[in-house]
Amino acid sequence: MKGWPVARLDTMSRESSADGPRDSRRALVVVPGEDLGVSEGYEAGHGVLVVDGRLRSTKQGRMNTKGSTVSVEPLHTTYMPRPGDLVIGHIEGCTNNIWFVDIGAPFNSILPMSLGPAKVEFGGTRKILDIGDSILCRVQEVEETHQSVVTMKGLGLRKIKSGALDEVDPHLLGRLIGKGGNFLRDLKLESECRIVVAENGRLWIDGDLDGIFKVRNCLKELSLEARQVGGVN
Amino acid sequence: MGGYGDVQMIDDDGLRMDGRKPGDVRPITIETGVVPVADGSCRMTWGTNEAIVAVYGPMEAHPRKIQRQDRAVLDVTYNMAPFSTTDRMRPGFNRRSREISKVTADALESVVLLELYPRSKIRISIEIVSAEAGTRCVGLTAASVALADAGIPMTDLVVSVASGKINDVVVCDLNKEEDNYGEADLPMGVLPNSGELVFLQMDGDLSPDEFKQAWDYNMDAAMEVHKLMVDALKGGEN
Repeated sequence: MKGWPVARLDTMSRESSADGPRDSRRALVVVPGEDLGVSEGYEAGHGVLVVDGRLRSTKQGRMNTKGSTVSVEPLHTTYMPRPGDLVIGHIEGCTNNIWFVDIGAPFNSILPMSLGPAKVEFGGTRKILDIGDSILCRVQEVEETHQSVVTMKGLGLRKIKSGALDEVDPHLLGRLIGKGGNFLRDLKLESECRIVVAENGRLWIDGDLDGIFKVRNCLKELSLEARQVGGVN
Repeated sequence: MGGYGDVQMIDDDGLRMDGRKPGDVRPITIETGVVPVADGSCRMTWGTNEAIVAVYGPMEAHPRKIQRQDRAVLDVTYNMAPFSTTDRMRPGFNRRSREISKVTADALESVVLLELYPRSKIRISIEIVSAEAGTRCVGLTAASVALADAGIPMTDLVVSVASGKINDVVVCDLNKEEDNYGEADLPMGVLPNSGELVFLQMDGDLSPDEFKQAWDYNMDAAMEVHKLMVDALKGGEN
């Protein structure tokens, strides 16, 4: 067998001669558990752990070294809410005074009656927002237990009644918006659509049908390209 | 482990019925991103075994009683399709699929950084579409690739391989006949970078020396399979 000299009862650890993170000029694709070199003099960034004095990747993605920080830019991410984020959510359930909102995070958010879009009487939540409705809202707070609260009190926050919703991975939003918002501006002009990009990776596209198709095709291409290893950087 | 002594499964030259040497593994192919709607997915063929795994999440855990306040839970479903074997499998859960779902979840819990997603759930569906022998190993290995494809943070990949004993000879990666008529079976789950063991089961009897030999075969094969997993996840880059 010509495998790596590891994983035997008598040799339970692997010594690597690599000294420091590998060449950062080329974005190397790494996989979980991959050894990225010694940790001395380097800090572990996103997607990297220090194990026994060595840097190890915890995600599949491209390795980046910025200054002394080594991180992995993942090929697929999940949205993690932060206070102040503009998000698009779907109403998943409600009680007499609270709506439960799916914002694409690992944990549902709550929208209390007091932060709703209109004055609601106790028990009348479903008259204002029903299960299945989509809303444009903002993350008000995120607790230590990752429980988050969203609000609809604010300029432009509303129930979404027209257009279409689409989704891309949150880490692709930078590419979608482009430098100085150029890419998104061009897309809006070309499709003649109103596009609201929420930070949880969801987009509200409002316009005529041809324009919506154009935008959705563009998003599909972007996602496919990014998912392919060796795609755009 | 039928233990039929009169079934000749290894010839005088030490070759097995399918022409493999005792330490050889069946041909393996791994493909990622095969289920477009899933967050991560993998199709793995291992000999004539074929598994498709889809990973969804992390997502809100329902029902609420399964939520853990300090970490996520893995919801693993192992299922063999009714057409996956020559005798039709009765659809739905059975004792065996429950057992394999549980041991797969236990093995994967050792590597997934569950504490990053408290109160949530990661759903892993393992569907065996063609079964020969060693489907739990295929399912676990493919699930680990699918988790990596879904961007779930993990300390390592899990590679699972089985060795066993046929006609008093220890061999690696049993096929259907060897599994049915052999004398022992030792599936293992290994973390290739740290060399730790996260899953071990044994069926039949092995002497200490035979156990050591089976262990070595599994470890060697795991390293070989790990290379293929890395290649699949890197898409031929690097």
